[in-house]
Amino acid sequence: MSENVKSLVDVPTEEFLLPGHAACAGCGSTLALRLTLKALGKNTIVTIPASCVSVIQGPFPLSSIAVPVLNVALPATGAVISGMEAVFRFRKEKRKIVVLGFGGDGATADIGLQTLSGAFERGHGIVYVCHDNEAYMNTGIQRSSATPFGAWTTTTPIGRYGAGKRHFKKDMPAIFAAHRIPCIATASVAYPLDLMQKLKRAQAVGGPAYVHIHCPCPPGWRFPPSQTIKLARLAVGTGMWVLYEIENGDPSTLRITVRPSKRRPVAEYLRAQGRFQHLPEREIRQIQKFVDENCERLGLEVARAR
Amino acid sequence: MVARVMSGNEVVAYGVKLSRAEIVPSYPITPQTTIVEQIAEFIANGEMRAELMRVESEYAAMGACIGASLMGARTFTATSSQGLAFMHELTHWAAGSRLPIVMAVVNRAMAPPWNIWADQQDVLSQRDTGWLSLFCETNQEVLDTCIQAFRISEDREVLLPVMFSLDGFMLSHTSEPVELPKQGDVDGFLPESRRPPLLDVDHPTTLFNVPVPEQYMEFRHWIEKSMDAARRVIPKADREFKRRFGRGYRGMLEPYWLEGAEVALLTAGSVCGTVRDVVESLRKRGEKVGMIKLRSFRPFPSEELRRACEGLRVLGVADRACSFGMGGIIFSDVSAALQPLNVRVLGFIAGLGGRDITHRDIWRMFKRCIRAIEVTPARAIEWFV
Repeated sequence: MSENVKSLVDVPTEEFLLPGHAACAGCGSTLALRLTLKALGKNTIVTIPASCVSVIQGPFPLSSIAVPVLNVALPATGAVISGMEAVFRFRKEKRKIVVLGFGGDGATADIGLQTLSGAFERGHGIVYVCHDNEAYMNTGIQRSSATPFGAWTTTTPIGRYGAGKRHFKKDMPAIFAAHRIPCIATASVAYPLDLMQKLKRAQAVGGPAYVHIHCPCPPGWRFPPSQTIKLARLAVGTGMWVLYEIENGDPSTLRITVRPSKRRPVAEYLRAQGRFQHLPEREIRQIQKFVDENCERLGLEVARAR
Repeated sequence: MVARVMSGNEVVAYGVKLSRAEIVPSYPITPQTTIVEQIAEFIANGEMRAELMRVESEYAAMGACIGASLMGARTFTATSSQGLAFMHELTHWAAGSRLPIVMAVVNRAMAPPWNIWADQQDVLSQRDTGWLSLFCETNQEVLDTCIQAFRISEDREVLLPVMFSLDGFMLSHTSEPVELPKQGDVDGFLPESRRPPLLDVDHPTTLFNVPVPEQYMEFRHWIEKSMDAARRVIPKADREFKRRFGRGYRGMLEPYWLEGAEVALLTAGSVCGTVRDVVESLRKRGEKVGMIKLRSFRPFPSEELRRACEGLRVLGVADRACSFGMGGIIFSDVSAALQPLNVRVLGFIAGLGGRDITHRDIWRMFKRCIRAIEVTPARAIEWFV
């Protein structure tokens, strides 16, 4: 296997997510899992808190994941993988084994934040991937703190007194950057080479690494399963999702890895999804302003198409 | 063998060191804290080779225990009260994962209102998690139970986690002379753990994904079968311990002065010492009384209890906890176990939140029981408020 994934020919052909899994058509999280395991390879132990992946892996006694898998309680991932890694370190394990946590946005930004923060603060040699589909999709599309402003979910319905989520998306990479861990990166399923390069780097640093992958969800976001990659790409193209990496939480190391040549208006991204159909112009402008400011903050300096 | 005067918490730390625990995730809570402080010192001094993980919560402590134990490491943690309650989701997970984790529970009352003193509400509220639950009367028993706990837990017939209890302050911060066995002797009783990791990249498996309802129940049934096996393994470990070290605790429960007794008091933990005293003075006055000390709460020794109670007319149960709306937690189990016998069971709730259970209280409990031989009492459960 090539040490770096510079082009498609470097992508490992080996699959660790096998056919026959139980994901919905067009599932972004499944793609994220497949690419993550491809990048990290055979010597990976993956720990999964309750999420869509709990179902995607298949029912007992079957499994569609070809590396060791541990299912754990929703808030526990950070703690459990800390304990595993502690044993490898204590027993001076010679093989290079990746202790991977693979949680959804709820397990990362909400209920599991504490154990994850603790694990990062203690500096365990772990890799944690957040597959962010921007709501509690496994329980049926409920709002999480990673759900974007304005989005419809089943707990932020549209009605006389409801207009979708009223709060902006929690900025997890920034929160973990404040932990000064060696490797933080954002990724998108629409940019698989970039994603795998980041995971390779996460694997190599030896300390805590955090990779946050944007994963469109056709049933949850209300778009056709054929459009997953197109939407993921549009998120990056509009600046709704910015691809970058940071070393040791130091802002001066922030590097944009995919720079859209011409940033598109967010309305193009929002209009393509059922969950934003109710948004009035005023709120689209509000989101545009938020995104502009965020892009400026991250140094994504390109003129926006008007 | 060396005797030293030590607090219960110090003793736990020595027990963990002698048991060669490898991974110790910990989070401070009164009155448990000095256990992990002492372990930290052992490690810092080079007297103990282990990894102390200073995690950010008790929830994480149990999570880290699960991760470490899954990888085959001998794993220990300690907690009290709120900390144990906070772990609760993962105490279920640890037992369901069949991991031989050992935990010291320094018994403390649940808030609110805040209270740091002895009370067994914390540990008894973990009743249905699938953990073995043992109680200790003295600091010596704390040491010996700690070492036995690892052996019981790692027994292939059991493979369930074990929590052992010592009453907050009554034992944890009270010093008593304790005989410390030699490391080599403990190694003979409790060899190094050779449990293989449950997750291995060379043999990939998926653990704990969803079984259909037709399969799930078997997993739970296996826990119950292992509890049955523990009924054999606990006394066996205790006998083997006695053979090697000269001290034993009669397995799951200890009958005390039940010869010719009509009335007995059953209880668990440090108060057993006081009950022994009262039994002795009452016996001197010719009263036919005795005591049953409950050492294993889970598995519950129903069979052994029925055998011990043959010939009794009344059994009092002193609980340091309450299942509100029902009564003493141990009382309920005792009543269920004695259902085939013609023994009246009376429940006493006493000593909550560190309130002393005095000789006088025990005396009164025995009086109530003796009276109940002749007269049916108005209430089966009485609060010693």
